[in-house]
Amino acid sequence: MTTLQDVSLDTEGFMVDPNAWNPEIAEALAEEEGLAPLNERHWAVIDFVRKDWGETGESPTLRRITKQSGVNTKELYALFPKGPAKKVARVAGLGKPKGCI
Amino acid sequence: MDEDTRTLAIINSKGTLDMAYPGLVLANAARMMGIEVKMFFTFWGMDIINKKKSDHLKVSPVSTPSMGMPTMVAGLPGVTDMATTMMKREIEKLDMPPVHEFLEMIHDAGAELYACKMSVDMMKLTEADLVDEVDEIVGAMEFLEMTEGAQILFI
Repeated sequence: MTTLQDVSLDTEGFMVDPNAWNPEIAEALAEEEGLAPLNERHWAVIDFVRKDWGETGESPTLRRITKQSGVNTKELYALFPKGPAKKVARVAGLGKPKGCI
Repeated sequence: MDEDTRTLAIINSKGTLDMAYPGLVLANAARMMGIEVKMFFTFWGMDIINKKKSDHLKVSPVSTPSMGMPTMVAGLPGVTDMATTMMKREIEKLDMPPVHEFLEMIHDAGAELYACKMSVDMMKLTEADLVDEVDEIVGAMEFLEMTEGAQILFI
């Protein structure tokens, strides 16, 4: 089990270097967010976010996630309760989301 | 204030395209960060949740000096439709959904939508005239009761 000690996080807990991310770090961050253990639906979201970030260089909006990952709005809020925007970005190793949508 | 208990009450009293979006965007942003949201639609704001009107709201360059159009021109036939088409295009570019889809999204995200009883009566509407996302038709006092302690936004 990876501990978060080797991972550099900013003051709000987001990874400083998204390229240093791996699935074990995601599990550890999910634990902190009270989301562990991650199931395959969580991973459907995280994998899409990672892929989209790789292609566009930006973290996708929640609307983009719900349109393209196969996880709809209701399910997304159930998987990442109490504030999915930050939780998804954090677990996927990306920076704090800046978008409005 | 603890985010777990923070609630935003948004009162939407206007039915133009440019006045509908601020409330919808703020409601969505609040839900994305885990803030509870209760929206109240009243007077012209009823158009936002009216099935026949929600996707046909308009923005008028008349008395919107920010759009920079002389009033004489702004009042010409077709100008409002043209301005509306242009604004909708810009909204789409920002990945913002049309109004009805936006309501669906924030409702799925857990925001509660309420229609004003007095406006429903005044405009001779019934529940069937309103989009399905509306949770209930309530009076002003009832809405204020259920949002006790919340931060209130009047738009």
